[in-house]
Amino acid sequence: MSEQIRAKRELFIPGHYGCPGCGATVAMQQTLSVLGEDTIVVMTAGCWSSLIGIYPYTCLTVPVVSVAFGATASVAAGIKAGLTIQGNDHTTVLAFAGDGGTFDIGFQPLSGVVERNDDILFICYDNEAYMNTGIQRSSATPAGAWTTTTPDSARKGQRKKNMVEIMAAHRIPYAATASIGAPEDLKEKLEKAKNIKGSRFIHLFASCPTGWRHATELSIEVARQAIKSRVFPLYEVFGGDTWQLSSMPEKEGVDAYLKHQGRFKKMSVEERDRMQMRVDDDWQRLINRCQAPRAVG
Amino acid sequence: MKKVMMGTEAATMAVKLARVQVVSAYPITPQTVIVESLADIIGRGELKAKYMPVESEHTAMSSCMGASLAGARTFTATSSQGLAYMHEMLHFTAGERVPVVMVNCNRALAPPWNLYCDHTDSLSQRDTGWIQYYCADAQDVLDAILIAYAVAEQALLPVMINLDAFYLTHTSEPLDVPDQETVDLFLPPYHASLKLDVNDPKTFSIVCGADLFSSIKYKRQGDTLAVARLWDQVAEKYNSHFNRLHKTVEAYRTEDADLCIVSIGTATGTIRLAVDRLREEGLKVGSLRLAMIRPFPLEGLQRAIAKVKHVIVIDRDVSFGAEGIVAQEVKAGLFGHRGDLKVTGFVAGVGGNDVTVDTIIPLVRQAISGYGNAVEAGMSLWAEVLP
Repeated sequence: MSEQIRAKRELFIPGHYGCPGCGATVAMQQTLSVLGEDTIVVMTAGCWSSLIGIYPYTCLTVPVVSVAFGATASVAAGIKAGLTIQGNDHTTVLAFAGDGGTFDIGFQPLSGVVERNDDILFICYDNEAYMNTGIQRSSATPAGAWTTTTPDSARKGQRKKNMVEIMAAHRIPYAATASIGAPEDLKEKLEKAKNIKGSRFIHLFASCPTGWRHATELSIEVARQAIKSRVFPLYEVFGGDTWQLSSMPEKEGVDAYLKHQGRFKKMSVEERDRMQMRVDDDWQRLINRCQAPRAVG
Repeated sequence: MKKVMMGTEAATMAVKLARVQVVSAYPITPQTVIVESLADIIGRGELKAKYMPVESEHTAMSSCMGASLAGARTFTATSSQGLAYMHEMLHFTAGERVPVVMVNCNRALAPPWNLYCDHTDSLSQRDTGWIQYYCADAQDVLDAILIAYAVAEQALLPVMINLDAFYLTHTSEPLDVPDQETVDLFLPPYHASLKLDVNDPKTFSIVCGADLFSSIKYKRQGDTLAVARLWDQVAEKYNSHFNRLHKTVEAYRTEDADLCIVSIGTATGTIRLAVDRLREEGLKVGSLRLAMIRPFPLEGLQRAIAKVKHVIVIDRDVSFGAEGIVAQEVKAGLFGHRGDLKVTGFVAGVGGNDVTVDTIIPLVRQAISGYGNAVEAGMSLWAEVLP
């Protein structure tokens, strides 16, 4: 190991409290590896507020504040304002929230921050339910999925909210989807986001073996299948109106994505067909918006 | 310099003199003058600060907390429903130990909707850990905000400065505006001892176990209690610069009084007029204004009523199912200290009902005789209730 590498501080050190195969830890590791030491992290109630550690232990060596559930974006914007007025124009303020803290309870402050174009990077690590409190549905949970509040007797009927579309409607300078299943693409997007001024939003797909009921060693595979089956397409939106597809996966049915996950086990053939139809519709809608895709990733 | 100003303008002037660095606020009647004029002052560059026109009070408090954690001096203002909407973040800000200063314009809580003076909004937030100060007049507003920053930054606790809706927010009064140079001497720039800093990374407010949790809360309780004395010390220092004293309690003609009327906010001025009138009739009456409610100024209260036989509390608020909140506080403060003391609690002036000399005198007579128009509801007597 060269001196240069040795001297570099590890930002995510061993000892997190996450479940085996946790996608959210991969999301943070990848994020900090690009953003670097000059980063302040704001996190909220959710998996990360638990898995960071219990005082006096922490697995992150950057400054961190863990705030009230709905307040990730607003505290982050305040920190940035406080830094800016004191002459610090370089530190990245990263708001890092789960889907509950983004799609649901954190939605209004996020909308406010993005509308004002406050200079923060908001990353939603999306594991498609309230996993930290024991797998309750969120507005990011896909239709047909089992959770403890959408049990088999009443599985979720509503579709997943499209957060990037909503962010784009705010004319946010940069919004993108990304996945722990596509690390190179994620790094590229983080680099871009790091160097853009104003509000930036990355919707980061982070599989959850505990909540999705799949084998712990399949986290990355499941995330890849979500991309391949076009269930979770990778794309970017610049300034709210230039849409760019990040990859053009071969068309593969949703079955390959669903088959490893216990949360979809009780889906009927009709439900699967409906899901396939919705995925195809959404894909077409996305393609219609996008410019010619760049090289397949 | 002498100027004629409304309470809200006095607050804006204090924020400017305090060289606040981040203002984050959401408009609500009757606080709007403050946020509008701060937007303009900052927009014109008269105050070098970042103005955040946020989408809610929850965000106003969250962003003030964030900016304060980054080491900036911060300010927000709200009222009534807005304060209630902040509730979660009030707990959080106090627990995070950041010195945010906020103006709250005391206005009634809905329903039914009502824009006028009532203290239930802030008094129902008294368990959040914020220091609470209630102003008597516009001069008090300006001075107390400057004192509040000095206290908050020393104690590392947030301070809420309360202004009676309209009686104080929208009434013009002549007041002394201190010069910037002297204010700078009194209130130097804020240097946060602990903050979010990439060069000195620290982790704030993650999960902690029960043993440490109770120790952290115990420490905070001690630090909060100490603010009663700290405020008075800082107020003396302010007095030495500006020749105006704003302490945690303010007694009026209590030295030889048998009867003392306790109140908060602007009603105190009127109560003093009533005291003078009753004295002319031979009644030995005094008045005590509790400027601070949290921490509760126990020593000041006990000193002021040491020889008093009967305390009357006039509350512009109520804790439903109990009684007036200030009455509860006073009783708790006297328990085990003055068991012989009679306490009569009135609820008067809620939702903007005027508390005039002619309101107060009959209440005092009723407290003494047991007969009058105020009607009983549990332990409190309600004035101004329609038949």
